[in-house]
Amino acid sequence: MATPRFPLWEVFIRSRTGLAHRHVGSLHAVDATSALDAARDLFTRRNEGVSIWVVPSASLVASDPGDKAMMFDPASDKIYRHPTFYEVPDEVGHM
Amino acid sequence: MPATSIALATDPLLRFILRRADDALVLGHRLSEWCGHAPMLEEDMALANIALDLLGQARALYAYAGVVEGAGHDEDAYAYLRDPADYLNLLLVEQPNGDFARTIVRVWLYSAFMDLWWQRMTASKDAQLAAIAARAVKEVAYHLRHAAAWVVRLGDGTPESHQRAQAGLALLWPYAGEMLTSEPDEAALIAAGVACDPETLRAPWLGRVKAVAAEAGISLPTTPFSQQGGRRGHHGEAMGHLLAELQYMQRTYPAAQW
Repeated sequence: MATPRFPLWEVFIRSRTGLAHRHVGSLHAVDATSALDAARDLFTRRNEGVSIWVVPSASLVASDPGDKAMMFDPASDKIYRHPTFYEVPDEVGHM
Repeated sequence: MPATSIALATDPLLRFILRRADDALVLGHRLSEWCGHAPMLEEDMALANIALDLLGQARALYAYAGVVEGAGHDEDAYAYLRDPADYLNLLLVEQPNGDFARTIVRVWLYSAFMDLWWQRMTASKDAQLAAIAARAVKEVAYHLRHAAAWVVRLGDGTPESHQRAQAGLALLWPYAGEMLTSEPDEAALIAAGVACDPETLRAPWLGRVKAVAAEAGISLPTTPFSQQGGRRGHHGEAMGHLLAELQYMQRTYPAAQW
């Protein structure tokens, strides 16, 4: 029902302070306020989050699946870009 | 648990608690009737969430009522084993849902009052009631925000949504005044600081309702608050049908569990 009156919104939830917002799904809503309400009611019923972002789906700019070869394949053989050649001291912990 | 109805003590504190528990249970039941039928999936969940919040409030109050009464009644006994005349809820909450606009208008009128009421009850001299209020006050703040936003959206929306919101308000308005009055047996509780005097919330409630109605472009009816009696167990026909559905399983299969 993504009509002009009920546009689609993408929902991002931050589960804990310090973590990044993560995409969790989408919903239909008439305006930003009701999108935020609906996101709260749909996606945070079980303590999933402490912060919500809603973004009009129409505002997202996405890469074209047809450009996959050009966009992503060239990175696949650049193994030197992975930090696997370094010795990480134990004291550093999780990087 | 036998299927026969329980008899209630006349203790004022017990009745004070049951009145508010019954409000929450009956409105929660009405809202749960929308489950699977709301105009959109998102609102279906929103109404069910509100219904569950209300059910949780009712449960906490019934549990405390059981302690106050001391007759061995638990939450289920109060919910399932009382006849309509022993239910003490507002007439407002038992009215049939009607359309979506009327349903929303009722949540708005009720929550605009209960938001003030629970705030006041957080300072109750009764520690248990104050603790229940501390949780409920967060829930009802959201119910009010959600419903008020819908009232504005409907009232200020299409000619049809405006007409439906206005009609819902006209139909429910005569029942709204019952919230604002206390029963004679509550005077001592109010004086002791256990209960909040709803009369003192009349002006702030009306102010809030007026503000939202103005934003929504709907007019408050000038009809008097003519309907009351629910607090004393005088209910309309709809209440019997509501309880028939709510109590069916326990009445038919006493002590059934799953």
